[in-house]
Amino acid sequence: MTPKTVVVAGNTAAAHIAYRTDEVCAIYPIAPSCPMAELADAWAAEGIRNIWGQIPVVQQMESEAGAAGALHGSLQGGALTTTFTASQGFLLMLPNMYKIAGELNSCVFHVAARAVATNALSIFGDHSDVMSARMTGFGLLAASSVQEAHDLALVARAATLEGRIPLIFFFDGFRTSHEENTVTLIPDEQIRAMIDDELVRAHRARALSPEHPVLRGTAHNPDTYFQAREAAHPFYEKMPGIVQKAMDRLATLTSRQYRLFRYSGHPEAERVVVAIGSAIEVLDETAAWLGANAGEKVGVLQVILYRPWDGDAFLAALPKTTKAIAVLDRTKESGSPGEPLYLDVLSTFAAAFSRGRIAAMPMVVGGRYGIASKDFDPAMAKAVFDELKKPQPRNGFTVGIEDDVSHTSLAVERGFDIESADSVRALFYGLGADGTVGANQNSTKILASEPGRYAQGYFVYDSKKSGSYTISHLRFGPKPIRAPYLLKAANFIGVHKFDFLFKFDALAPALPGATVLLNSPYNAAEVWDQLPREAQQQIVDRRLRLFVIDASKVAYSLGLGSRTNTILQTCFFALSGVLPRAQAIAAIKAETERTYARKGKEVVKKNFEAIDEALANLFEVKLPAKVTSTLRRRSLADGAVPAFVRDVVDPILTLRGDEVPVSAFPVDGTYPTGTTKYEKRNIAEQVPVWDPDLCIQCGQCSIVCPHSVIRAKTFAANGADGAPAEFKSAPINARGYPDSRYTLQIYVEDCTGCGVCVENCPSHSPVDAAIRAINMKPRLEQIEAGRKSIAHFEALPWADRSRVNFANVRGVQFLQPLFEFPGACAGCGEAPYLKLLSQLFGDRLQIANATGCSSIYGANLPTTPWTKNAQGRGPAWSNSLFEDNAEFGLGYRLAIDRQTELARSLARKLAPQLGEDLVRALLEAPQVTESDFEVQRRRVAELKAKLAAVSGDDAANLLALADFFVRRSVWCVGGDGWAYDIGYGGLDHVLASGQDINILVLDTEVYSNTGGQASKATPLGASAKFAAAGKRSPRKDLAMMAIAYGNVYVAQVAMGANSEHTLIAMREAEAHHGPSIVLAYSQCIAHGIDMRFGMKQAARATASGTWPLFRFDPGMRQRGMNPFRLDSPRPRIPLEEYRKNEVRFNALALTHPTEARHMLSQAQLALEEKYRNYEDLAARDGSRFLPHWEDI
Amino acid sequence: MPTLSSRYLGLDLAHPVIASASPLSASFDGMRRLEDAGAAGVVMASLYEEQVRFEDTRYATMTEYVAGSNAEAATYFPELPDYRHGASGHIETLRRAADALDIPVIASLNGISDDGWLDLAVELEQAGAAALELNICLVPTDFRITGADIEQRYLDIVRHVKSRIALPVSVKLPPFFAALGNLVEKLQAAGADGVVLFNSIPRTEIDLDAFGVARSAALSSAGDIHLPLLWTTLLSGCVRLSLAAGGGVDGHADVARLLLAGADVVATTSALLRHGPAHLTALVEGLDGWLAENGFQSVAEIRGRLDAAHCGRPDMSMHSEYARARMLADFAFLDSARTAGS
Repeated sequence: MTPKTVVVAGNTAAAHIAYRTDEVCAIYPIAPSCPMAELADAWAAEGIRNIWGQIPVVQQMESEAGAAGALHGSLQGGALTTTFTASQGFLLMLPNMYKIAGELNSCVFHVAARAVATNALSIFGDHSDVMSARMTGFGLLAASSVQEAHDLALVARAATLEGRIPLIFFFDGFRTSHEENTVTLIPDEQIRAMIDDELVRAHRARALSPEHPVLRGTAHNPDTYFQAREAAHPFYEKMPGIVQKAMDRLATLTSRQYRLFRYSGHPEAERVVVAIGSAIEVLDETAAWLGANAGEKVGVLQVILYRPWDGDAFLAALPKTTKAIAVLDRTKESGSPGEPLYLDVLSTFAAAFSRGRIAAMPMVVGGRYGIASKDFDPAMAKAVFDELKKPQPRNGFTVGIEDDVSHTSLAVERGFDIESADSVRALFYGLGADGTVGANQNSTKILASEPGRYAQGYFVYDSKKSGSYTISHLRFGPKPIRAPYLLKAANFIGVHKFDFLFKFDALAPALPGATVLLNSPYNAAEVWDQLPREAQQQIVDRRLRLFVIDASKVAYSLGLGSRTNTILQTCFFALSGVLPRAQAIAAIKAETERTYARKGKEVVKKNFEAIDEALANLFEVKLPAKVTSTLRRRSLADGAVPAFVRDVVDPILTLRGDEVPVSAFPVDGTYPTGTTKYEKRNIAEQVPVWDPDLCIQCGQCSIVCPHSVIRAKTFAANGADGAPAEFKSAPINARGYPDSRYTLQIYVEDCTGCGVCVENCPSHSPVDAAIRAINMKPRLEQIEAGRKSIAHFEALPWADRSRVNFANVRGVQFLQPLFEFPGACAGCGEAPYLKLLSQLFGDRLQIANATGCSSIYGANLPTTPWTKNAQGRGPAWSNSLFEDNAEFGLGYRLAIDRQTELARSLARKLAPQLGEDLVRALLEAPQVTESDFEVQRRRVAELKAKLAAVSGDDAANLLALADFFVRRSVWCVGGDGWAYDIGYGGLDHVLASGQDINILVLDTEVYSNTGGQASKATPLGASAKFAAAGKRSPRKDLAMMAIAYGNVYVAQVAMGANSEHTLIAMREAEAHHGPSIVLAYSQCIAHGIDMRFGMKQAARATASGTWPLFRFDPGMRQRGMNPFRLDSPRPRIPLEEYRKNEVRFNALALTHPTEARHMLSQAQLALEEKYRNYEDLAARDGSRFLPHWEDI
Repeated sequence: MPTLSSRYLGLDLAHPVIASASPLSASFDGMRRLEDAGAAGVVMASLYEEQVRFEDTRYATMTEYVAGSNAEAATYFPELPDYRHGASGHIETLRRAADALDIPVIASLNGISDDGWLDLAVELEQAGAAALELNICLVPTDFRITGADIEQRYLDIVRHVKSRIALPVSVKLPPFFAALGNLVEKLQAAGADGVVLFNSIPRTEIDLDAFGVARSAALSSAGDIHLPLLWTTLLSGCVRLSLAAGGGVDGHADVARLLLAGADVVATTSALLRHGPAHLTALVEGLDGWLAENGFQSVAEIRGRLDAAHCGRPDMSMHSEYARARMLADFAFLDSARTAGS
């Protein structure tokens, strides 16, 4: 039979084998391995069976440590078990991996290899995670391509069963895991033929069973542990042979032959590069080119089985003529004499030489490349081969960066291009929400659908969650595509948002004569004058052909919203000529139907209309012979910006981040705050416009704005002097300020256009209910007015914090947000809480942020929304891990308390020199109100001034510690994945510690950042990944668990339901001398709602009783009162009224109405019972609660 | 004991009272409750093509607009393997009800487009519906559309649907046609197996507080029975197709009235919504009692006994006073029959 050829990503290719050859998958979501687990879950839901006719079980755990534990247990139970993981998650499995390997449990860990967080987190690919497992006793087997991710997964599965050594099967995160390429699938019968059932039975026979009981997991004393450790050694000796045998068997079945070490290149090569992973294909192609075009004797050695290392096989694979070797490692091992592979190669030669098995040592050097998915292309590969020509090649080199600090980097010849002329290269710049990536994934499938045609797709994403860009790199051709690197040159460039031409050099990769497709609001006659001069120059110089279509308009008219994908995809096929037009249209329609069939006919129909409309609206632009534009591409560097913004932020924003040299970066991961304000992303189509006449100055629009683009100030009447006409204000409507005015400023260019402010405005026009005191208008009409008005607004001082009424929303609108313009989703439900936190406590706020959405929009380069006030104070922020955030924050507290105590004791000691009154005031300051803080800061300033005149170590030490006299506000911030699941143990410990620490849980009830997997906060009946048929257990009542301690301040809030309540709870939590936790309802795109109405939906959550508002204040218990206050009224709408608006609930009702209804009624009953419990608590008298811990 | 068995759209029913499409028949449990309450058949809540389109678009929009924009999360929702379109759940509910219930489950469809009518009709047939009721509702807001256009649309829909499915098909009609009898004859010629008299028209209200127009589903009340009575009497005996009548049925006497007028079955909604599904039992038992009290042996015996039997007569509109007087006399017979026997 002819094997089936498909276009799939590496994750799919590997998961296909894992699913068919395993029975249990114990997993936890982490990029870039998520798709493997999600596919397994989806296949199980579809009823797809493994080769034994069973549907594997996919079990999500609370963490990777938990997944490893479950996997270990499953292996001990005799099931064929696997996991899918990467990076930090993989590291959490390490302790268990020693056990699993120590017990010789057959299994394969499928790893999309990813960088481990060091000075910064990176979700991208390198080998630093898998290399950290070298000591565990696992074997390591690596794939270099999507096909290998498929084939070698099966080799791994077969070999581990025979050899009993567990294997880490890995491939490069993103570069291979997410690259779509043509793959020949192994038919199930061949998979079946690779797996020996006798070995499966042997695996089962080793399982624990009371029928033939044994004991594992013993403890040994010094007399025996060592010997027992050596007992398994022969298995490692045999394993390479077993792996090779499995490779040979695969070759017999598929004709694809693999070797432990695969050499390619000149048979008498003198220079050889050794590497693992996707770099191999780049090196192979480059070596072949150098051999064919420059007559160079070069070769490449691919390491497939890295552990157990077979030195003899390595030496045997190398040409005997080899004189110089460069070993490339995709990891950095600081302080080591070299990276792991380099040391292995070196020691292999050294051992062979010392035993006389080789006559001379070749020159062996090591180098680093491709860290965190840094692109590795033929120019870099050539630089490595060239380096080996030198008499003394550099050891410990880097390639792909400019290292102007340690000067390790090799010079790379930019523009070196070895790609075949018969391949089509196309580059598409898409907007996050326009569907470009999905369309291009379809395009690769279309183009590789016929025999003899091959396609590759790779997709690059911005880190913003709103208004982000995507870049699709597509190659098509008559030969298999072995080019795992980004396109540097393209025959076709699609610019799917006009503004991109002003943001970065989108046309730079255009080859002479290339075709450019521009999604343009300007027609073919108008567009030339609207282009930036730089783009015009490129078009003229390279004789590019330019086509325009107003795809956004076409999409909108067809009811497709922002989804321009099908339209632009059709244009691409029409223009690129990769297929005859009629054939292309038919193929697009067929693929569209396949893709959208599950979304319903209506969606298919609209996309068909889009295909037909696309060609009717596509026009070629008649190009002038010379450049005429006066418009220029924007650059932050043109304005007055800090050096960091000029040298680092701007290059990253303009897609030149690869060019930023090492010296531009801090040595320890420390970055300045307050950088989002320079971006001016201009991503909103519409922005809010304030109507002072209708406004009641309530502050609701401001408090709900997730992006801090709505700000209020009051000023004396003369503050309007010199104001531009565009600056708006109104008399303040608070009593007692007859001469003051109120102004509300919209930061037009920073707005995401979510519209939450408008929906939350309570003031309607008496003549037209659709008009409110704030209304959406086209951004383009507001930019100039906004700029002028903002300039005046920023010159006005912020309100004196000591005079602001912190007790209500109307008051806090006047506090400066120290969290602004995050790249969070438009209408994000989390961000308003963080902004409020920054307004209330920002100038003394220290945040521990768990990994997740808030750490990405909070701290993903190039910019951060956390910022400073005019005095230079603001939130200090750090991220440790996903799982340890509460402990991390507790560490802050311990350090602060310890140093504060030291400062206090030094102050007492130095009181005679400093003045008794000052010291007493410093030590006894109450520090509750803003006035208290203001006075205390003055005292600290006075203290510092006095200390400058005092000599001695004590004075110097106190000066270093003086800032600790201002009470710090320590907050641990994170999502429910952290608080309920992976970090729960630590969070619980911190709550039990009694320490003065605050915890803010941005509770979206799902893992948002990794794409909507169920957490223990996910409600009963909600559909989420790994709970597609609806979660069957109720949401964990974390609040009640915290209340059980008695001394923890606990609040459950929902800004959309009651912003005043949120405000009070956050202030009470902060003021509580002890642990506090605030659970904040956070609407999310993973709920499947129109985010514009997110706050309304939060209000429905509370109204239905599924999210009641309450506070538990131990301080009230101390005063003899009931500490539990139920702050929202009894449920007044049925749960269904709330749930029907969200896809996570109603999708299930669309497919399984009976089950959905059943779960809905269960959830309704559960919430009623829960509410009754809360009411019981609220009705008790204070004596019926645990005594306050301080009273015990 | 009188024999209650009846026949509607070729379906043999235990008695002539069926539950018409309503929220009560939207779920499997609801239809089960109606069966338990004694319905002879149930018309499942209408599947609205408009609703299917809306759900498709909403589902696609909500799941797609955030997809493919983030390196860490390609999507935010699980694939729903059983989701084919916004009607998947409705179809699944019908399939379960058709499998599990002993009474016939009649599907009801409200389409918009030609494709919608046809494709969804086929799906409903494949899911096991015993018959299909076409819930056609055309409100010509475009004033260029004539009454003839509307009638033609009805006929086209029936022809198209009948050409694709083998199920018996009934058409639920609103009462507001200039020449309803003529239309029913044409529907019969187009292949309709029955008509349902009548569809309720959504109620339009103006909310003075909200300063807006609101539309709500209208429940019929006891006085509304006269229109179905009128047209049942007029159609009975003149057309071959099945007649279902409803709208304003409150007690068993109304059931008897409609049967006497010529209805094959009596469909009830509002009374069940008002009194609960158990009211069905009261209707059937009441009918049984009335038949027995009045000495009737079967429903067949009274069906159409008091129809207008006007077939072949001159245009009724010319004799409206006569017809009215005749009918008033006929209905008075009910009361006299109760006391005097047949």
